[in-house]
Amino acid sequence: MEDIGNLFHGFSVVLQPYNIMLMVVGIVLGVIVGVLPGLGGANGVAILLPLTFSMSPTSAIIMLSCIYWGALFGGAITSILFNIPGEPWSVATTFDGYPMAQQGKAGQALTAAFTSSFVGALFSVVMITLVAPLVASFALRFGPAEIFSVYFLAFCSFVGLSKEPPFKTLASMMIGFALGAVGLDQMTGQLRLTFGFETLLTGFDFLIAVIGLFGIGEILLTMEEGLSFRGKAAKIDLKVVINTWKELPRYWMLYLRSCLIGCWMGISPAGATPASFMSYGIAKRISKNGNNFGKGEIEGVIAPETAAHAAGTAALLPMIALGVPGSPTAAVLLGGLLIWGLQPGPLLFIEQKDFVWGLIASMYMGNIVGLIVVLTCVPLFAAILRIPFSVIAPIILVLCAIGAYTVHNNTFDVVMMLVFGVVGYFMKKTNYPLAPMVLAIVLGDKAEESFRQSLLASQGGMGVFFTNALVSTIMVLGLIALFWPIIQGGLNLLRSGTKGSHPVA
Amino acid sequence: MNDVSDEASESGLSQRSVEIGVAITISILAMIGMIGALRVGTGWSSEGPLAGFFPFYICIAILISSAVNMTQILRTKNDGAVFASWDKINKVLQVLIPTAIYVGIIPYSGIYVASALLVGGFMKVLGLYSWAASCALGIAVPLFTFAAFEKWFLVPLPKGPLEHLLGY
Repeated sequence: MEDIGNLFHGFSVVLQPYNIMLMVVGIVLGVIVGVLPGLGGANGVAILLPLTFSMSPTSAIIMLSCIYWGALFGGAITSILFNIPGEPWSVATTFDGYPMAQQGKAGQALTAAFTSSFVGALFSVVMITLVAPLVASFALRFGPAEIFSVYFLAFCSFVGLSKEPPFKTLASMMIGFALGAVGLDQMTGQLRLTFGFETLLTGFDFLIAVIGLFGIGEILLTMEEGLSFRGKAAKIDLKVVINTWKELPRYWMLYLRSCLIGCWMGISPAGATPASFMSYGIAKRISKNGNNFGKGEIEGVIAPETAAHAAGTAALLPMIALGVPGSPTAAVLLGGLLIWGLQPGPLLFIEQKDFVWGLIASMYMGNIVGLIVVLTCVPLFAAILRIPFSVIAPIILVLCAIGAYTVHNNTFDVVMMLVFGVVGYFMKKTNYPLAPMVLAIVLGDKAEESFRQSLLASQGGMGVFFTNALVSTIMVLGLIALFWPIIQGGLNLLRSGTKGSHPVA
Repeated sequence: MNDVSDEASESGLSQRSVEIGVAITISILAMIGMIGALRVGTGWSSEGPLAGFFPFYICIAILISSAVNMTQILRTKNDGAVFASWDKINKVLQVLIPTAIYVGIIPYSGIYVASALLVGGFMKVLGLYSWAASCALGIAVPLFTFAAFEKWFLVPLPKGPLEHLLGY
């Protein structure tokens, strides 16, 4: 196959000493960016983009994509060690990763997370290698109705498959939608729900919500125990890593499933965040240890991390092949391509072979280098847990404030962050789940937009969501997920009914 | 003396009243949302839903969910469970109030001075470290963040009179 030859040519480009150095630098920067809340993947890449103007496009994209991987890896570190998701897609990792760290299993959690990320990303890269030349025609079939159905599926899986009381999950999610709706309405250009407050023009940014709910909220919760809180010192060494690695192949079904979910969600505009939630929700339902999810179950770390990284990587496919970014970070990378005068799309494969295959080769190498770098730095990060809380709490608060500020260069956002922090405290204590709210804030606008675009095209008919096989299937899956508890209850009734008719002798 | 009563008699905010309060607050916010949505129109135009359509029905969904939650709360008997004892609430306020002050002064003093005060203050008052340690870290943290964000990442952060004096 001609493409394999191209791939090897790409490797030869990547494996030059200068480019290898750029990879390592990129990964390290990316991890730092991924670890800092608020300075997320998209922001971080955007900020570091100007650093690359002096390089050749191939070298530049190698470094930028490595920053991207680093950020993907880095989000897991603060999720597990501090229960502060460094990225929206690491939110699901906190559910089981942090309890594991609290139980002294931080090393295992981190190893599992990084390895899962690596596996997920690798899966997607192989997929991209095989599929990239073929993808154009299929993606064009994703109209607004199909896009909406994917969002619908993600939301429904959350309500139907979560362990919290469904009406609290629903309330939480609806609040998120309402918050997301504040500000400029994209379809009509009107301001809504702002009540004349100028500061609400841009609405509630999900980054602020995440920093407040998870960062500040968590600190407030922790304070209840007083300053005697201290992270359990984690013994990280090669033995822990290898022992965890020995354990992981047992979960190959989980890996496969999560990779597929991630790939699928990544290619579609849904992206890494819903992929991680969906993978977590489904893993919880299917796993034998489902009831332990949320208390420190390693599967609860594997599922979201694999899916999120598979999705994050897969999001690059539509960007390269069609010029349609599959995620905000991919959108920034796209901007970089345009600045360098490269036109993304099918022609890129023909006219700029060096570049495209160099990029794809760097995805392989970048992930390998990334895994090595994060595994070796794990002891460093675990040691952070031993710093006394009275020192680390204000530092986290300062970083959160900086993170909140840099989103829109707005001090009002820092105030909002604090408000969200108090909200998060109350919500956690009254068992209202936070994740659906964040998901709804992030995706609410986009979901609404695709809904309204679909209706625009169909002139108001709701049947547009069942017009073809693709969209109907996804919608039906969504409805099944939504009513799953009722369906499951019905199935249980049926089962116990048949058992009852065979009396035990 | 049985210890069972100790748990129930631990004085604090009761879980039940907080849950009720949360449900009521959510409902009020939902009603505010509905008013806001009505302002931009909640009907269906020739091009599909108006801007207020979604927010309106979302708020209705919130009200319904809150009503369900409320009935569930009111149905369960008051078992005296405590949301947080006054002791714990005190500790939370110990963080919340300094943070609120911190956030409040940032627009005026810039983030670096505010951070220095926060870190130093935390260490001295809550961590009971010495003056030397508190000041040392209190100054080191803003310096580090300054170097990292202003110089390295080239991300401007809010500055106050002190930085202006120094020429930034």
